Amino acid sequence: MTNASTILIGLLLPEVLGTYSDAGNAAVLAARLRWRGIPAEILAINGDCTPPATCDVYLLGGGENTAQLFAADWLRRHTQLRHALSSRAQTLAVCAGLQILGQSIRDRSGHDHPGLGVLDVTTAPGRRRAVGEIVSTCAIPGVGQLIGFENHLGVTTVGAGTSCLATVLTGTGNGTRDPAGRRTEGVLTDRVTATYLHGPILARNPALADHILRNVVGADLAPIELPDQAALRRTYLGPLASRRGIHIRRRIPKPLSRQG
Amino acid sequence: MRATVSRLRRAWARVAVRAGLAAAWVSRRSGLGAGSIIGGRVALALDPDALSRLAAGRCVVLVSGTNGKTTTSHLLAAALRTAGRVAHNATGSNMADGAVAALAAAADAEYAVLEVDEWHLAAVAEAVDPVVVLLLNLTRDQLDRGTEVRAVAAVLGAALVRLPRTLVVANADDPMVVWAAGMASRAHWVAVGAGWTGDAATCPRCGSILRTDGPSWKCGCGLARPEPDSWLDGELLHTAQSVTALDMRLPGRFNIRNAALAVAAAATLGVSPQRAATAIREIDAVAGRFAVIHRGQQELRLLLAKNPAGWAETLSVLEEARALLVVINAREADGRDTSWLWDVPFEQLPRRAIVASGERAADLGVRLSYAGLDHHTQPDPLAALALLPAGKVDVVANYTGFHQLLRRLAREAGTS
Repeated sequence: MTNASTILIGLLLPEVLGTYSDAGNAAVLAARLRWRGIPAEILAINGDCTPPATCDVYLLGGGENTAQLFAADWLRRHTQLRHALSSRAQTLAVCAGLQILGQSIRDRSGHDHPGLGVLDVTTAPGRRRAVGEIVSTCAIPGVGQLIGFENHLGVTTVGAGTSCLATVLTGTGNGTRDPAGRRTEGVLTDRVTATYLHGPILARNPALADHILRNVVGADLAPIELPDQAALRRTYLGPLASRRGIHIRRRIPKPLSRQG
Repeated sequence: MRATVSRLRRAWARVAVRAGLAAAWVSRRSGLGAGSIIGGRVALALDPDALSRLAAGRCVVLVSGTNGKTTTSHLLAAALRTAGRVAHNATGSNMADGAVAALAAAADAEYAVLEVDEWHLAAVAEAVDPVVVLLLNLTRDQLDRGTEVRAVAAVLGAALVRLPRTLVVANADDPMVVWAAGMASRAHWVAVGAGWTGDAATCPRCGSILRTDGPSWKCGCGLARPEPDSWLDGELLHTAQSVTALDMRLPGRFNIRNAALAVAAAATLGVSPQRAATAIREIDAVAGRFAVIHRGQQELRLLLAKNPAGWAETLSVLEEARALLVVINAREADGRDTSWLWDVPFEQLPRRAIVASGERAADLGVRLSYAGLDHHTQPDPLAALALLPAGKVDVVANYTGFHQLLRRLAREAGTS
């Protein structure tokens, strides 16, 4: 049982939207709260139950195509949860999760499936799958560069009044540009952080995790120094930095084996 | 005229195979590699039909699935050796070139056991017209370079439809495998118990959530666990005619499952389960996996785990008293995306001395910290071993990390 001050983290449909290991975002949020003395609990909310509408944070992850359509139908059926996502809770939605929260998702045969309508975006299949490391500059002050791994076919068009989470430095992101011609990544509202980045994104970008947690807790949070975190960010920001002459990329030895 | 052309073609095919063998010999002599890939490539480049020519007239078994291909194909090859000579791609070169190399190297073998990468099974099966296809499991592995698991299963199923003479021996407890193997005209189902179920919560066919009831599972669309022809109960493999104990030297529940599938497949080819079980009982290492190596004051046990399903199995054999070295790379053969580390339940590991290593040591280190595990971080695996105490050490590495480490240990042993 939880007491009133415990932060509840609702992991939505992990059995359906767990393909790209985005459940790790829940573990990151819970640990970063507990390390600061704030009790936190993760609720795995499976498709066979009536979802609680009382969580402080909801997480939606990436999934395969059939799973994504199942998830969109399931979310639309549960109106209280839908209300919580659009009016009360904080939500992090990744990849399929981003698409599900939008107005519509077009499948490869050209058929439009309704989304949850929480975000003013529409998604349609692109020409080729975007797969690989992505680096973007986050629009949230103080968060800096976002690093992650993207793996999606969807191209997301963002409505005129809706802000994007970041602008792309390397990689694909939404696959569309803002009015200023910058390549966009994700969507940002005061309640929803939506992105194509796996990694999981909050493990690679603790500043974004703390931004979400500040919104949840409503107060500033003490900084956390985690071993290996700086080295992790160097792993992915190094090559980019080297192109800007900031530091030289460490040579990686050639593969000794290519059997697989 | 036609006879001359066909004679020339046969002669050219022999040249192609010899050229491949020569290339393999050069590769081995020069220390560049095991030779199986370059040799197979050369033969295939000179004669694109080399694979079907080399397979013709032999009893070919293909072994495929996400985890356990190498181990299971070694077990099956050992079982079939009790009945005759066996060609086998023992080094794990599991695409068409590796298959060509294995067949060319054992021209007189009446059996062939070929481990085949699941993405290459369709092409290899079409060329060799296998007597048996053994399908182990289908879970997530290298999503970045492959495709979604369901798409892999769909391609496998479509390939099996085109093989009317082939018997598919398949794991009845893996819904993804059942969906694919169910498309074959003939199947022998082996119930080995569910392993990792993280990718199987929804129906492979229609996407609804699967209903499970004890060992059984079914979906509203009609896909359901088939009635098994053979089944595993503890370490006992039951078939319609016999009960056989699979008391293996290889560690872990997953190797008992691999053994059950290998023994059941051998039985469909006339090798009795008892004889097959005896042949595989003494195997204690497979292509370096599970090998025990003494190095200085440490005794290393080498384990390969490359995805969440493999790790879930590996965690069960990590012994509490041992220190642990984990090596993670993210090259093409490993999958470029390291996200999967977050689906490994490291939280279950009891406390011990741990070093995070490999080219993605920092990703692993962050993961371990969030799992509450104190550890050192050292990207170089041999330097990392120096951070661990004397005594028994479990070393778990993913694909390229494992092979790099094997080579470095072999080089060390060769020069000392």
